[in-house]
Amino acid sequence: MTAASTTSVSLDVRDVHLAFGPNRVLRGVDLSVPRGATACVIGPSGSGKSTLLRTINRLIEPDRGDVLLDGRSVRGDDPDALRQRVGMVFQQFNLFPHMSVLRNVTLALRRLRKLGEDEADALARAQLELVGLAGKANSRPAQLSGGQQQRVAIARALALRPEVMLFDEATSALDPELVKGVLGVMADLSAAGMTMVVVTHEMGFARQVADTVAFMDRGVVLEAGPPEAVFERAEHPRLRRFLDQVL
Amino acid sequence: MDPLSTLWETFFDWDSMREALPEMLTVGLPNTLILAVSAALLGSVLGLLLAVAGISRSRWLRWPARVYTDVFRGLPAAATILLIGVGLAPLGMQVWGPDPYPLGILALSLIAAAYIGEIFRSGIQSVEAAQLEGARALGFSWADAMRLVIVPQGIRRVLPAWVNQLIALIKDSSLVYFLGLVASQRELFRIGQDYAATTGNESALLLAGLCYLALTVPLTHVVNWIDRRLRNGRPATAPTDEDDDTAPYAMEGDRR
Repeated sequence: MTAASTTSVSLDVRDVHLAFGPNRVLRGVDLSVPRGATACVIGPSGSGKSTLLRTINRLIEPDRGDVLLDGRSVRGDDPDALRQRVGMVFQQFNLFPHMSVLRNVTLALRRLRKLGEDEADALARAQLELVGLAGKANSRPAQLSGGQQQRVAIARALALRPEVMLFDEATSALDPELVKGVLGVMADLSAAGMTMVVVTHEMGFARQVADTVAFMDRGVVLEAGPPEAVFERAEHPRLRRFLDQVL
Repeated sequence: MDPLSTLWETFFDWDSMREALPEMLTVGLPNTLILAVSAALLGSVLGLLLAVAGISRSRWLRWPARVYTDVFRGLPAAATILLIGVGLAPLGMQVWGPDPYPLGILALSLIAAAYIGEIFRSGIQSVEAAQLEGARALGFSWADAMRLVIVPQGIRRVLPAWVNQLIALIKDSSLVYFLGLVASQRELFRIGQDYAATTGNESALLLAGLCYLALTVPLTHVVNWIDRRLRNGRPATAPTDEDDDTAPYAMEGDRR
C-alpha cells in the first residue's frame, strides 16, 4: 500500500450543521484529522455519523459550516472535482453490477482522468493486486464474496489517488469471517499514511488503528481523543453507557 | 362442398399463397422492416429522452414528458397515424415530396416513444439510489452517473418489456396503409390484403400473418435468452479466495 502517504492531506471539519426539515441531524460538528492520521467515528445509530461523512465529500450539502483540505476551504470548489480528491467506501459496496471488477476500477480513470485503456488497466490491476484480488479482474461483482466486493470498492476509490479516504461502516454488511480481510486492507492503508475518517462499529479496529476516536451522539461530537483515552477514561456518561453496550 | 373444405380453401389455398409469396418477400417484408426498424430506433431514442425527462428534478422537463406520454398512449394508433400522416402531409410535401413513409415512421415513433419512455423510466427508477451515490462519490456528474451507471442497468432490467413494444411496433406498422401507399411501398399486410381482395380468398392474408409471426416469435425468444444471460451473468465461478474470504457464492440478497 504505497504512494498513499505522498498524496494525503489534512482534513478539518468545522461547525457543520445540517437539518432535514425539523430533524437536526448535525448540530455543529468539529473534527480535525492531521495529514496521514486516522480518525474513527463511533456512536449509536442515528447519531449522524454517516451523514457527517457525506457532508465531507458533499454528497449532502451542509446547511452551515466548512470543510478544509490541507487547510484550505473546499466550499467554493466544484463538488465533482472535490469527490475525486476524497475517496469513499460504502457499507453496501455500491459496485456497478453490470461491469467487470476491472471496469469498475477503470471507469473513473478513463472517463474522469482521461487515461488510455492500457494505462487505466495497468493502474487498476496494480490496485487490485494491493487488495489481493488481481485474479478477479474479469469477474462480475456478483461472483465475489462480500469481503472481496468491499476490497474491490476500496481499490476503486484508491485508484483515483485520493488525498483523504472516508469509510462508511465498511464492514457492517459482511459476514463475520469476511470482516478481517477488509479491516486488514484498511489498517495497511492507514499505516501507509492515508488520511482517513472511518465510521465503524469495530471497536477493536478503532482501538488499534485510530489516532483519534470521536464519539458522536445526537448530531455532535461529544468526546474525542486518542483511543486509550476514549476507551479507558471516557468522561461523558453517554459515552460510558455506549461503551458498556458495545464492548 | 362441405363447410370444412370451404374453410380450408379460404385460408389454405396454396396457389394463392404461392402467387403472393414473391411480392410478400421482396416488397412487403423489406417495407415492414424499414417501417418497424426506423420507428424502433427513433422511438427508443425519444423514449429514453422522455424517461430521463420524466425523472428530472425540473418540473419543466417532467410535466411535458408526462403530458406527452398521456396523450400518445391514450390515442388510438390509427388516429395518431392519420392525424400526423394526413395532417402534416402538406408540410412533408414541401420537404420530401409525396412519400408517406417519413410521416408514417414519425407517427409510429411518437406512439412507441410514449410506451418505451414509461418502460425505460420504470427500469431506471428500479436501480438502487446507492448506485447513483457510488458513482457520484467517484466524482461523476449527475449526467455522467446516469449515462454510465444508472441508465444501462435500468434498461437491462426492462429488456423484455422493451421488446414487447417492438413487437407491437412491427404489428402497428401495418396501419401505415391508411396513408395511401403506391405498389412498391406496400408492406406485408397491404400486400396480403390486396391479394385477398382480388382473389376473394384469405390465404394471402394468412401468409402475411405467418410472415409477422416469423418476425415476432423469434424476437420474443431471443430477448428471453439475452435476459436470462444478463440476469445470471456469465458462467458463474464460485469465489475461491486465497486468504480469508471463504464465503460461499455471495448472492444479491445475502447482503441485506
